Amino acid sequence: MITNTERRNFLKQSLLGTAGLMIGFRETASGKTLVGLLPAELSTEINPFVLIDTNGIITLVNSRPDMGQGSIQAVTSLLAEELEVSMDQINIIHSDGQAKYGSQGSGGSSTVRGLWTSLRQAGAAAKEMLIEAAAKQWNVRVDECYASEGMVYLKGSDKKLTYGILAKDAVKLEVPKNPKLKEPKEFKILGKYKRRSDIPSKTNGTAVFGIDVVVPGMLYAVTIHPPSVQGKLISYDDGAAKIIKGVKHIIKTESNFPGGKTEAIAVVADNYWSALKASKLIIIKWDDGEMTKTLDTATYFKDAYEIASKPGIRAEEKGDFEAFYAASDKKLESIYETPFLSHAAIEPVNATAHVKEDGTAEVWAPIQGPDGALEETADFLKIPKEKIKINALLLGGSFGRKAYMNFMKEAIDISRQVKAPVKLIWPREEDMMQGPFRPAMLSKMKGVIGNKNRLSGWSHHVVGESIQAQHWNALLPYQADNWLSGEMSMENHKYDFEVNSESFSRVKTPIPTLWWRSVYASNLSWGQECFIDEMAHLAGVEPLEARKQLLHNSKRDLKIIEKLEALIQASPALPADHARGIAMFRSFETMSAAMIEVAKAGDAVKVVKVTSIIDCGQYVNPDNVKAQTEGNISMGLQAAINGGITFTQGKCDQTNYHEYQIMRMSEMPQVEIHIIDNEEKAGGVGEPGLPPIAPALGNAIFNLLKKRVYKLPIDLNTIAG
Amino acid sequence: MATFNLTINDQRFKIDAEEDMPLLWVIRDLAGLKGTKYGCGMAQCGACTIHIDGAPVRSCQYPVSAVKKKQKITTIEGIGTPQLRHAVQDAWIAEQVPQCGYCQSGQIMSAVALLNEHPDPSDAQIDTYMNGNLCRCGTYDRIRKAIHKAADQSKTKTMGSH
Repeated sequence: MITNTERRNFLKQSLLGTAGLMIGFRETASGKTLVGLLPAELSTEINPFVLIDTNGIITLVNSRPDMGQGSIQAVTSLLAEELEVSMDQINIIHSDGQAKYGSQGSGGSSTVRGLWTSLRQAGAAAKEMLIEAAAKQWNVRVDECYASEGMVYLKGSDKKLTYGILAKDAVKLEVPKNPKLKEPKEFKILGKYKRRSDIPSKTNGTAVFGIDVVVPGMLYAVTIHPPSVQGKLISYDDGAAKIIKGVKHIIKTESNFPGGKTEAIAVVADNYWSALKASKLIIIKWDDGEMTKTLDTATYFKDAYEIASKPGIRAEEKGDFEAFYAASDKKLESIYETPFLSHAAIEPVNATAHVKEDGTAEVWAPIQGPDGALEETADFLKIPKEKIKINALLLGGSFGRKAYMNFMKEAIDISRQVKAPVKLIWPREEDMMQGPFRPAMLSKMKGVIGNKNRLSGWSHHVVGESIQAQHWNALLPYQADNWLSGEMSMENHKYDFEVNSESFSRVKTPIPTLWWRSVYASNLSWGQECFIDEMAHLAGVEPLEARKQLLHNSKRDLKIIEKLEALIQASPALPADHARGIAMFRSFETMSAAMIEVAKAGDAVKVVKVTSIIDCGQYVNPDNVKAQTEGNISMGLQAAINGGITFTQGKCDQTNYHEYQIMRMSEMPQVEIHIIDNEEKAGGVGEPGLPPIAPALGNAIFNLLKKRVYKLPIDLNTIAG
Repeated sequence: MATFNLTINDQRFKIDAEEDMPLLWVIRDLAGLKGTKYGCGMAQCGACTIHIDGAPVRSCQYPVSAVKKKQKITTIEGIGTPQLRHAVQDAWIAEQVPQCGYCQSGQIMSAVALLNEHPDPSDAQIDTYMNGNLCRCGTYDRIRKAIHKAADQSKTKTMGSH
């Protein structure tokens, strides 16, 4: 039986992503009905995030596109908590990139940690204005009134006024500069379990993803890019393609890759199947130039190992590591390797664009930030932002990929050329082979065991392509990539080594790179956390005990170690041929630890169970923290055990899911998630669970087989052979 | 180009399409039912899973001309209604399974077919049956729990009716 609330939520959510029209609900005698609202009816904008219409309908704005991380609920919860409305009372719409909503990019696990205070202030300010409006009407003091569930009440009386009645007066009042925020113990929504209102629509086919948008009169497009990504178009023969029924245009379009652009071929048809079929019949000649040599993972790693043998650009140093290392007699050195990876979201990149005759443009797309999309569209079309409307739709997964909007520019370019609305969907093969990809990296580790078997000297030299350098030419030859150096810094790992050195060397490559879930943390954690175990074994100390000693200055992190100890003590003795390993890594202001249990089965090793601990400070919904951490276990394991992306002589070797394996049901281990509860500043949730997974597995395999794995991915089927 | 009379979710559709057009694109772009998703185009990800006479089929590899007369096509839109959901949909909501949600139409269609075949599946049966439905968000643990929950609820209902 469906409840009214659920029905309402279903209706609301089915509207997410509805293009070009504000839709709300109108109370009538017979209940709530779905209506299209003219903007005027929603005009009481208390602030950009809170819209209240005269019937009391409250609309909150989600300013961070939802790719599955739960921002629809998270953003509106922050507002609703302080506004004093329940989550069942609200409608949700999405921001369109306008500056009044502030930064609107989902990425860097930034939504809750970035908006924790500011959006609560927006909600609290609106509430204070509504209370003040009521106090004025009743001619009483503000402190004689209080707000609850979308109403203002006069204490000690039965007087009450709805937000709808008060909104018009409230909006005329001065916006309070420092609205009072609730104490965490007063929270009714934040930190509490609640169902996500977008979920019913994701079980019945009504959720509207970017790929689902329908614009009247639209055509469908496929683009075919140079397999060598940067190759130049010499010529093409579309004789067989253009006779496919439904094909309307076969044209050249601009193709952007990190740091440059070239041309691609676009096939435009009146249905997608015709475009797809025709695209396979075009014979294209590309000039791949140097790419046949340079766009090659063997070349990349050869360069990387060579560069790793030379000193890097120093990012941080405490003491003189090289002198310390040279003078010590108990020391070790290892190089850890991580591969290129594809985001491989199940929804391929796609965008719908309409560049209109009147000089305006509209875009509907699954993108991580409507503000960035607005900026790039204005820049691309050379028209003012006021003439552009961006509709940020639900993303069918992204993991960073859809924050790089080359596909959106293609849709815009094609629409501009064919003078019609165009929906562009990259075939899976284009999505997979063009990337961009998580860069492959080496971590060259050196360690010194000092007096009393302490882990005393630490050097981490990261070698690989810099995303920032490749995209924006943002690094000078003597600079370390600061995204990277931040994540491997002493400030981040908090291990108190006597002598500590961090350095970076760039490996320049045409293999396109991009941020991937947890960015460089997914590379760095592999070397860092496996090497801590290696050092501990050399020192003859338990790896968990070694971390405890190193973290003696970091009370908050010690709590995680204590939790790990307690979990180990509480669990039954491991069966023979089972072992476990641990790892921990901080990213996006959140510390996450993983403990993985593995078992030997003939030549194979099976991942039995993954236990994750996450300390993200304050959070919105514990169930979503768990869901994101489960997702990170899955994606982190995939990165550890399944094949990476490789390029051979100018071409990506993996074309589709049969060649790039992502996690499957049968590979998913048992999972157990523990959240550390405290009142610390909110940290990230969408990514931090991922980095500790691979090293916890590497450490577990060592404990099981006494065999140290240095290179990812690990072939679990043969590792014990 | 040919005309096809299709029954999708108990509704009749008269569709003009090329004979080799996969059902996926017929369903999405010609019948306008967007719940069935494109993921790989080669039956590798399961996002396009539908039922033909109750059996799960990857619609991206199933030409429209292969549908026989009187065969019934069911998509995610046809297994329940917002008012009267299928037990699997209820379980999916109770376990809060979807993250991005994109693969979930296919997951649910496979799960419904699994439960029709094995009303009380073991974990091994779930692994085998669901292994071709990929989820990049990693909701597998919750999918497993939701399938068991839906099975339990069906059992309770059956017991109650006796």
